[in-house]
Amino acid sequence: MAMNYSVKDEVDGGPPCAPGGTAKTRRPDNTAFKQQRLPAWQPILTAGTVLPTFFIIGLIFIPIGIGIFVTSNNIREIEIDYTGTEPSSPCNKCLSPAVTPCICTINFTLEESFEGNVFMYYGLSNFYQNHRRYVKSRDDSQLNGDSNALLNPSKECEPYRRNEDKPIAPCGAIANSMFNDTLELFLVGNDTYLTPIPLKKKGIAWWTDKNVKFRNPPGGENLEERFKGTTKPVNWLKPVYMLDSDLDNNGFINEDFIVWMRTAALPTFRKLYRLIERNSDLHPTLPAGRYYLNITYNYPVHSFDGRKRMILSTISWMGGKNPFLGIAYIAVGSISFLLGVVLLVINHKYRNSSNTADITI
Amino acid sequence: RKEKKYIDQCWKDVTVGDFIRLSCNEVIPADMVLLFSTDPDGICHIETSGLDGESNLKQRQVVRGYAEQDSEVDPEKFSSRIECESPNNDLNRFRGFLEHSNKERVGLSKENLLLRGCTIRNTEAVVGIVVYAGHETKAMLNNSGPRYKRSKLERRANTDVLWCVLLLIIMCLTGALGHGIWLSRYENIHFFNIPEPDGRTISPVLAGFYMFWTMIILLQVLIPISLYVSIEIVKLGQIYFIQSDVDFYSEKMDSTVQCRALNITEDLGQIQYLFSDKTGTLTENKMVFRRCSVAGFDYCHEENAKRLESYQEAVSEDEDFIDTLNGSLSSTAKPRSHSCRTVHNGPLGRNHLAGSSSAPGSGEGASEVPHSRQAAFSSPIETDVVPDTRLLNKFSKIMPQLFTPLDETIQNPRLEILYIIDFFIALAICNTVVVSAPNQPRQKIRLSSLSGIPIKSLEEIRNLFQRLSVRRSSSPSLASGKEPSAGVPNAFVRTLSLFSRVKLASPVEKEISQMSESPLGSSNSTCHADIEKQSGDAGFANGKVESRPGQPLVSNLCYEAESPDEAALVYAARAYQCTLQSRTPEQIMVDFAALGPLTFQLLHILPFDSVRKRMSVVVRHPLSNQVVVYTKGADSVIMELLSVASPEGASLEKQQVIIREKTQKHLDDYAKRGLRTLCIAKKVMSDTEYAEWLRNHFLAETSIDNREELLLESAMRLENKLTLLGATGIEDRLQEGVPESIEALHKAGIKIWMLTGDKQETAVNIAYACKLLEPDDKLFILNTQSKDACDILMNTILKELKKKNQASPEQTLLNGGSLQPPVPQDTGLRAGLIITGKTLEFALQESLQRQFLELTSWCQAVVCCRATPLQKSEVVKLVRSHLRVMTLAIGDGANDVSMIQVADIGIGVSGQEGMQAVMASDFAISQFKHLSKLLLVHGHWCYTRLSNMILYFFYKNVAYVNLLFWYQFFCGFSGTSMTDYWVLIFFNLLFTSAPPIIYGVLEKDVSADTLMQLPELYRSGQKSEAYLPLTFWITLLDAFYQSLVCFFVPYFTYQGSDIDIFAFGNPLNTAALFIILLHLVIESKSLTWIHMLVIVGSILSYFFFALAFGAMCVTCNPPSNPYRIMQEHMLDPVFYLVCILTTCIALLPRFIFRVLQGSLFPSLILRAKHFDRLTPEERTEALKKWRGSGKMNQVTSKYADRSAVKSGRKPMSGPSAVFAMKSVSSCAVQQGNLSVCETALDLCYSKSKVSKIA
Repeated sequence: MAMNYSVKDEVDGGPPCAPGGTAKTRRPDNTAFKQQRLPAWQPILTAGTVLPTFFIIGLIFIPIGIGIFVTSNNIREIEIDYTGTEPSSPCNKCLSPAVTPCICTINFTLEESFEGNVFMYYGLSNFYQNHRRYVKSRDDSQLNGDSNALLNPSKECEPYRRNEDKPIAPCGAIANSMFNDTLELFLVGNDTYLTPIPLKKKGIAWWTDKNVKFRNPPGGENLEERFKGTTKPVNWLKPVYMLDSDLDNNGFINEDFIVWMRTAALPTFRKLYRLIERNSDLHPTLPAGRYYLNITYNYPVHSFDGRKRMILSTISWMGGKNPFLGIAYIAVGSISFLLGVVLLVINHKYRNSSNTADITI
Repeated sequence: RKEKKYIDQCWKDVTVGDFIRLSCNEVIPADMVLLFSTDPDGICHIETSGLDGESNLKQRQVVRGYAEQDSEVDPEKFSSRIECESPNNDLNRFRGFLEHSNKERVGLSKENLLLRGCTIRNTEAVVGIVVYAGHETKAMLNNSGPRYKRSKLERRANTDVLWCVLLLIIMCLTGALGHGIWLSRYENIHFFNIPEPDGRTISPVLAGFYMFWTMIILLQVLIPISLYVSIEIVKLGQIYFIQSDVDFYSEKMDSTVQCRALNITEDLGQIQYLFSDKTGTLTENKMVFRRCSVAGFDYCHEENAKRLESYQEAVSEDEDFIDTLNGSLSSTAKPRSHSCRTVHNGPLGRNHLAGSSSAPGSGEGASEVPHSRQAAFSSPIETDVVPDTRLLNKFSKIMPQLFTPLDETIQNPRLEILYIIDFFIALAICNTVVVSAPNQPRQKIRLSSLSGIPIKSLEEIRNLFQRLSVRRSSSPSLASGKEPSAGVPNAFVRTLSLFSRVKLASPVEKEISQMSESPLGSSNSTCHADIEKQSGDAGFANGKVESRPGQPLVSNLCYEAESPDEAALVYAARAYQCTLQSRTPEQIMVDFAALGPLTFQLLHILPFDSVRKRMSVVVRHPLSNQVVVYTKGADSVIMELLSVASPEGASLEKQQVIIREKTQKHLDDYAKRGLRTLCIAKKVMSDTEYAEWLRNHFLAETSIDNREELLLESAMRLENKLTLLGATGIEDRLQEGVPESIEALHKAGIKIWMLTGDKQETAVNIAYACKLLEPDDKLFILNTQSKDACDILMNTILKELKKKNQASPEQTLLNGGSLQPPVPQDTGLRAGLIITGKTLEFALQESLQRQFLELTSWCQAVVCCRATPLQKSEVVKLVRSHLRVMTLAIGDGANDVSMIQVADIGIGVSGQEGMQAVMASDFAISQFKHLSKLLLVHGHWCYTRLSNMILYFFYKNVAYVNLLFWYQFFCGFSGTSMTDYWVLIFFNLLFTSAPPIIYGVLEKDVSADTLMQLPELYRSGQKSEAYLPLTFWITLLDAFYQSLVCFFVPYFTYQGSDIDIFAFGNPLNTAALFIILLHLVIESKSLTWIHMLVIVGSILSYFFFALAFGAMCVTCNPPSNPYRIMQEHMLDPVFYLVCILTTCIALLPRFIFRVLQGSLFPSLILRAKHFDRLTPEERTEALKKWRGSGKMNQVTSKYADRSAVKSGRKPMSGPSAVFAMKSVSSCAVQQGNLSVCETALDLCYSKSKVSKIA
């Protein structure tokens, strides 16, 4: 009897035939994201829809191109090759290593006067400053004035790390191969009177490079003392602390050195050498006329068929003279304009069919 | 064995021969033979969900001979020897024997084996001896590890990755050579050939060699390692979206699609062949008892049909109806039931007597079950069976007759009654259904053994019962055993059977029960009055309703069957108040309303197997005490086993023949309606015959060698000379949306094969019903008995088809010898092929494979009937490997597992037949109709997305890395990178990684609606249009072009200037970033705010990184120190001009190409894209137009084809040809076992007819 009742209680109490079902259903949420119904921009690329794009590109690019082209054409630029490989060249004599120091003079004529600030570059050709092992052969810590690195340069500098058991400062192949020609410019006056053109040494490197990235090692007043215990790179004529007389442009913060240390991207390159600042609004910086370029020829390039150039250039907002960008803009603009016209024709022909689905295949 | 008691041990320490004692809910640690169970019947219940996922309980039996022991097996006394087969992985087979010390052998089967990984349920404790342990257990042997499927797209991508490797090597070789040559010019210049630390310089050759490896390090990004990571992430995203698609949610099962394989989503978009199981996949596998034929009379069960039609709407009303009836009836019924309960101390509250007496319809009470949440097993559709009024009338009319003295003259109705009774008894007991009470889940209804059973009195009762029944059985018929008085014998028999069943032996209770006889009798009569009244006015309501009041306990029976049709039959029997009450290994209890509870002594079960296609139970009939064999099986098998000559005289024999013919007619009719047919037959055996058979059977059981065959023979000896009782037609209803899905998949160019174990007629009917075959399709039936015949027939059909299809161009292709899948034929002729299992066997043989495949390639649909699971997988394998197509297999049962595993994509339908298919599948869905969206929408999307993303990745890497490569030409091939290393690393890792992933997850070329409406769009995926080898090379070419532009525009701009290396790299990187991101925008077909966010985020992160790095990194990261470079550039207008120009030039060609493609030769998908922009009205209009134009195309092409090729022959008039072919098919269908010659002849005949018509 009792058993019966207990069974009955159990029956009433327990849910019928339910193996513990959960009330929560597994129905997925009906949200736009989960059901992939997010509002979407569905571009259909047909002639009709993209027509404006092409015309707009054309209309924008062509003026830009013309602008760049004109700007580029207004830039005055002159290149003087003074490698001296040609026998007629005054610098030909300097090719033999016997003559040291070798000074040669090249004269050239500016047809037009250079207005505004003029940049003086030296250009090297076929010089692979971007060679992988060359590029890495430097120690940024040393150049940043780290005294540990000064006396114990990075392994990357090998084999220009130590010379005669002394650490090289600055170490590495880049520093070792620093450009060391000296260029001087003279304006030839009326009576073969030579007027030296003032060349500004400072301001040719990036400000951040000179003030942050490159620092002389700490220590005493004297630069020589600071570089004590180091030796000059093998190829250098004088140690790093004698690069310039100006204390602010000597040692690692010598701007010629800093410029050199920024390795060029391509085998033919130029590097800023000096600034010729405009002195007054009335006179051109470099008036038209004959000039002498006085070269102290130290840097050997003929062994690898390299060329050396001196470049004088004015600059614009877009840098140096470069016709490519302007032409490219004009070309692309024209092409896109042309394509626009072609598409217009296509659109006209297929207009009816492109919007409805019933075109036959 | 040395230990006196059981000790706890780790699983790993279990060895063969150990005795293990397990308690309830413990997991079995090794395969062991069951020696003892606390269950008095020697049963142990296990849940095998760990093995096959099925959560219903399965019974295991104690080894014969041990079951009778009361006490626990004492390991120390165990002296028998167990011999069993060597370990194998067949879960459903175990052979062995146990040899006692006295050389007596007892056979062991899988019924005695507890498998590792299962859980003991409902049994207090069991003891077993380990036969297989550790890795030898069947569970471990079955664990072959997951099959790693690689998608077609990924395989394609892998070859292209190899191309990238080749490209890389070529580029590195170029670099090495170049460096060698360059260096040889400047060998002695220390500027360029910087000496080693020790001052040596290396030779150009060596330097070149070193350079090769340097270049590999530099350019290795070309090989898209990140691609694989991204692919995985994208697939996860895709799967997330598939799984959260609300359209896949099935309310009924509370389940949605399950992606079990994470790496083959895109294969869903490339399926060409679909192999489908029929039962449970196309159909619901909710077996609904629809019709039956008893003794030659067909009972239509129209109400049942009507109910099924209107089931959905009716559900709620039904409930109300029931409730109201509940109230009205409970007042009368309840007290009675209480009184009964006091009389019988029925354990577990399943009070039998009360059930049958107080509430007349108690046997059924089916409507109770739907309330349970076990939807899988007892959904109302199956469990509710509305009895056929005619049959019910017969029932109710006949019942009283059983109690009246039999009039020998009216033989006909009596025989019919007998047939009906036997028929329903057979339905109720000839099965392996487990009875459980829903309110106590997992609790088998079993009469708990009362502790103090005096065996003696029980014996007495048995004797008494036997005496009585013997006396009764002396009279020829069953019913004649009844004594004239209506009430008393009924109750008497009931009481007796109750006693024998319940083992209620205490004399007191016996007396009580006997005392209760008279009130019972009276109540019984009222019940009958009830039932007649009810069946008269509301015949259909009584089955469901009356049972409920007062007797919820009895009606709460749940039947758990291995196959749903068994359950359907039991429920059907219950509807006729022939309720299966309980089942133990020894006896089955059936509550037959009019006869009361009957207890059948279960002598033997011959379980169902696919070879015999039938099952039998041998019972001792409680009333006649005869040994009766009830057999249930496929009609073709049963019909052959029927007795030819009945011993009971000519008239009976004649009647049998008539019944047989009639039944056969009904069967054919059922089959035509797509019902599953089963025949029910019985056979009465004498005790001696049975004993004889049993002896032989034991021999068979205990043998180890070819035991299967011996058992089969033994079964054959038993199952013969049967008397046909009737047949049942069970409907397996088509799932919702199946025909639409199949139609859409057809349109999508997917060839659908139906592989089923069902018989030909049923299969063909279902095929028609689900639109797999169209009414005007030609049917070819391959049903031959020999290989040669099969060969000839296939040739004939092929010729036939070729003649008609000469126009189609792919024929030449096929004849040319390459077994390519022909282009799906859109042209007029459609053909279907039906092939039977036997013929399939021939067709699958090496020599006929080609021919078979060629034949099938002509047909729209192929139906393989009577196919075994192995054949199914072989067919899939054949098609997959020989035609090199993407295959998908979908199925729901264990018999589809092999097919699912073999196919490129296996889809499991989580249905009724357990979880095996789902466990083996890659995707599990709950209904077939979800397949169309899964393939057409998600498959298409996944494929397009992923292939575009992969292509984009190749492009991205090549485009970017080539920048470095081009630079090598200007740095003496020295391996310099003009980019800071960190930017180089982050460029792929951060700045350009997220957009393609978002693209791969969210890209939507066409909206889901359009894809569903235009299944044709799926074909682009089948042809791998998005990612062809050509596409790859074009992409690569574009990448080369873009990188060239991206390098040389800045190069010419900065040529000869004073720019330094890393300042030169900066505009390159920036331009490359813009190019790569905008390329993606051009390729994207839809851009959401997420796309925008990610793209803008990428650009910002690049600039932020470059600026931050440039600001803070003074001396770090030598030599590529980016200090202040970005800052300088940001102030330089040329930088912007260069970047803009570069981007424009680089993207111009692709942009132009896309534009021209969009306006001049749009692909189907591009055209369909326009649909997404239309308003709903315009959309339907456009759809119509689309269809129209499609048809026009088809028609014109058809005509063009015909006119082009068929010069002499006129196009045949379609309908007549079809008619001819149809006649052939119908012949074949009706004759069933058609011999070859006939078919061939028919074909010839039809051909001649056709040609005449033409």
